[in-house]
Amino acid sequence: MRHAQRYILGGVAIAASIVVFLVPFAFIVLTAVKDRRQAATRSFDWPTSWHFWDNLMEVLRTQDYMLVTAFINSIILTVVSVTLLVVLGAMVGFVLQRRPSRWTAIVNFLVLAGLIIPPAVVPTIWVLQSIGMFKTMHGMILIEVAYGLSFTILLFRAFVATIPRELDEAAIIDGAGPLRLFFQVVLPLLKPVVVTVIVVQSVAIFNDFTNPLYYLPGKQNVTVQLTLFNFQGQFNTSLHLLFMNILLITIPPLIVYLFFNRQIVAGMTAGAVKG
Amino acid sequence: MLMRNLTRAALATTGIVVIMAGAASAQDKVKVTFLFDNAPSTVAMAEALAAAFEAKNPNIDIETESRPGGADGDNLIKTRLATGEMSDVFLYNAGSLFQAINPVQNLVDVTDEPFQANVIDSFKATVTGTDGRVYGAPIGTAMGGGMLYNIPIYKELGLSVPKSWAEFMANNEKIKAAGKTAVIQTFGETWTSQLFVLGDFYNVQAVVPTFAADYTAGKAKYASTPAAMKGFERQEEVFKAGYLNEDFAAATFPDGVTKIATGEGAHYPMLSFAVSNIKELAPEHINDVGFFAIPGDDAASNGLTTWMPAGLYIPKTSKHPDEAKAFVAFVASIEGCDVQTQSAGATGPYLVKDCTLPADVPPVVSDLLPYFQEGGHSAPALEYLSPIKGPALEQITVEVGSGIRSAADGAALYDEDVKKQAQQLGLPGW
Amino acid sequence: MAVAVAEGSVPIANPRRKSRTAGLYPSWFYLPAAIIFAVLFMLPTFASLFFSLTRWTLQKADFIGLENFAQFFREPFLFQGLVNTLIYGVVTSGLKVVLGMLLALLLTSDIFGRGYLRAVVFFPVLVSTVGVGITFTAMMHPTQGLINETLASIGIKGPGWLTDPRFALYSVALVDVWKGVGLATVIYIAGIVSIPLEYYEAAKIDGATPWQRFWTVTLPLVHPATATVIILSFIGGLRSFDMIWAMTKGGPGFTSDVIASVIYKQYQAGFYGLSTAGNVVLFIMVALIIVPLSMLLNRQETDR
Repeated sequence: MRHAQRYILGGVAIAASIVVFLVPFAFIVLTAVKDRRQAATRSFDWPTSWHFWDNLMEVLRTQDYMLVTAFINSIILTVVSVTLLVVLGAMVGFVLQRRPSRWTAIVNFLVLAGLIIPPAVVPTIWVLQSIGMFKTMHGMILIEVAYGLSFTILLFRAFVATIPRELDEAAIIDGAGPLRLFFQVVLPLLKPVVVTVIVVQSVAIFNDFTNPLYYLPGKQNVTVQLTLFNFQGQFNTSLHLLFMNILLITIPPLIVYLFFNRQIVAGMTAGAVKG
Repeated sequence: MLMRNLTRAALATTGIVVIMAGAASAQDKVKVTFLFDNAPSTVAMAEALAAAFEAKNPNIDIETESRPGGADGDNLIKTRLATGEMSDVFLYNAGSLFQAINPVQNLVDVTDEPFQANVIDSFKATVTGTDGRVYGAPIGTAMGGGMLYNIPIYKELGLSVPKSWAEFMANNEKIKAAGKTAVIQTFGETWTSQLFVLGDFYNVQAVVPTFAADYTAGKAKYASTPAAMKGFERQEEVFKAGYLNEDFAAATFPDGVTKIATGEGAHYPMLSFAVSNIKELAPEHINDVGFFAIPGDDAASNGLTTWMPAGLYIPKTSKHPDEAKAFVAFVASIEGCDVQTQSAGATGPYLVKDCTLPADVPPVVSDLLPYFQEGGHSAPALEYLSPIKGPALEQITVEVGSGIRSAADGAALYDEDVKKQAQQLGLPGW
Repeated sequence: MAVAVAEGSVPIANPRRKSRTAGLYPSWFYLPAAIIFAVLFMLPTFASLFFSLTRWTLQKADFIGLENFAQFFREPFLFQGLVNTLIYGVVTSGLKVVLGMLLALLLTSDIFGRGYLRAVVFFPVLVSTVGVGITFTAMMHPTQGLINETLASIGIKGPGWLTDPRFALYSVALVDVWKGVGLATVIYIAGIVSIPLEYYEAAKIDGATPWQRFWTVTLPLVHPATATVIILSFIGGLRSFDMIWAMTKGGPGFTSDVIASVIYKQYQAGFYGLSTAGNVVLFIMVALIIVPLSMLLNRQETDR
């Protein structure tokens, strides 16, 4: 590409990206630091006065520190679900790739079914109720695991194929059983894809709105995405607090993004393109 | 139903942090637990009542607990009743929601309690089970569903409060001609769209006295009952005449309250409850807003559709039913009314005989009272007379009220929605 | 989330080794995942086939045959949900394919500020959908919103993006594209950079214009990425709920309702049988569209 063209095109693209992508984020930040009256006008302008700290404290205090509870809940939900997903998904992906059997076709079919079929909401609530897990964090964790398994297994299966079988055989000679082989030899070698799964699934589960809405109702169980929704009604006249809330819950994905940019992109494309 | 939305609205506009102040319990006291919704006005009222009652009954300790409103609250009430974990006293809606918690099976019969002598019959009817027994006592005040109006606009244009629909529309025409918004609608919050239909029920029953019973039995339909169709038709008429505020499709309930208070619009079809929101959002205009019933065809039979307050109930699983009854009796006494007025303000008439309001109530409340008094004309809303309310009404009234769907179509669609609800409830005749 | 619907090529183990190593790869490794999946996903899915034929209160289910499905096609707003779901799926996935490809072409060229541009296009993918929905709802406010105020300043009266029944569904779809196009772009970038440079050089030597090179080299060879983007965004679009719920709740009236929001509304109203029937309708619709579509896309791939 010629030099001038490179800069002109880049300049145009950057200008367009500012209007299309940065303005909405700037709108969030600016609204979050305004006072109530200025925020209520929904205008895109410079704050006449800055209230970052006041708004932050007020949004945290709302409804008896609901947002704090929500952050704790969301973090528990995300950490435990992702841990289970990694271990269980890797176990399935490992055996699925290594040992073709009569189960292989069934498992493959179920993995696809899990990707395509929309979960049946009310029957799931019915099942959760009958095993005493409706509105509980355990139930919600297992739901996230059930819904995330398919994609996780796909990623692991693809990656296990790149680990030489000779390693397994060396382990047998050392007298390792299946558990030791898996946890001490294979799982450590899966580290790159484990990181990918962690990052991709934690962003997905942290941002999940629909499933907690259905399966984890109740104030003490609230997750960060639901606070947004609860506050939407309450903060009708307090847009500054609503946007402060949006700003706060955008920070964790932002941090993840800054640190794991590559893994996210790799993970999102790996399962998809190479499939 | 609408009550629930109101509770949410109250919560929304005030946005006060609710911090539970559970009373300290002593060893020798009987502990009575008390559950209520977390709307700030309810919390203030409930805690004041508990404190006043404890002061009079040193041997009883009322332990307060708040719960979410809306669908979450419904689920919580049902679950706690089903699992036997319900508090000794709990606050919940009267009318169709009360019927949905299976009162005959779950609640203590309070028909013969002495305090019932003072409870007004129209309330008792809304907390009566299928066996004809009474299961609750009122807490809070009744409300009217009608038209909030801006008094300065009425004075400026020399208008008088309309008694018939024709007079109302004539007023609207003059307001529009003066370059003002005649009717405020706030479809950004869909529940606010239902007043033309729900608030017209007084006029429906004035023409067809058996409508509620026939409707519950599946014999009367909105689309085939001309008097019941009126609500939909009038909503359509107001839209077609171009009387609405420019941002009616996106405006929210607080927007509507602010507009009616500051004179950005002349009429706002709403429940009288909104007076507490005016106090919150535009206190300097509290005396600028008045209230009248949604007028019908005939000026001679003008009357108000009313909403009942919530009830207090005692579950059969309560370990201290006598102490719980004592507390309920206190709430439903003149003294109890006064405590409520002091803690939550005067928003309407009480359903307990001889309870009074302070002399200096806002105009909305003073306009409301005559409808309830001796010789006044009022009738409870349909949701207190029938267990069926279609869940999609608010979307349908938004469509009719913004010209997306015709009134006739809307009414027919609502009949279909009602049918689903009746079938789901397993009512006979559907 | 990114998914691959196309079956992967699983290397088949040498059968000779099988007996020797079977003990190392025990079938019970499937078990924990299988139990969770079976109880919380498969069981509800099978149960939904039954409960969709009932009037259901969670305690009691009365069999009513196909009445719930008849209701879906009889009630105009339920049926409109079906149509809207299709429109939403087609619009979002179509735009993501086209815009994703264009952005990927731009971002794989030697453009100034490429790193920044890639980051900024991708970031919305990671942000909360509800947060994005609320933000754009404020910006699309008919009188006070940033978009219409900007239009007004150049003399155009903008429509009620979310309040005019003609625009509401498309406005939400556009925001969905805004949020999701980064993923499509990244998938396309991965597809484009995996095309060997020799193909372009050969085409250049043959005297192909950039336009011809795009049609004869890039487009055919990036086909797997296209297939993925279409399938992914179609599944996502048909199942979409949170963006619509955060922005319009299906309104004004029922005009932007999709099946997923209808399912939620029926659930809220306590019509559990009808809600479950909605789930089954959605399932059938997704299957009827996605399975033939992915077969078609895969066949095209093998044809080449």
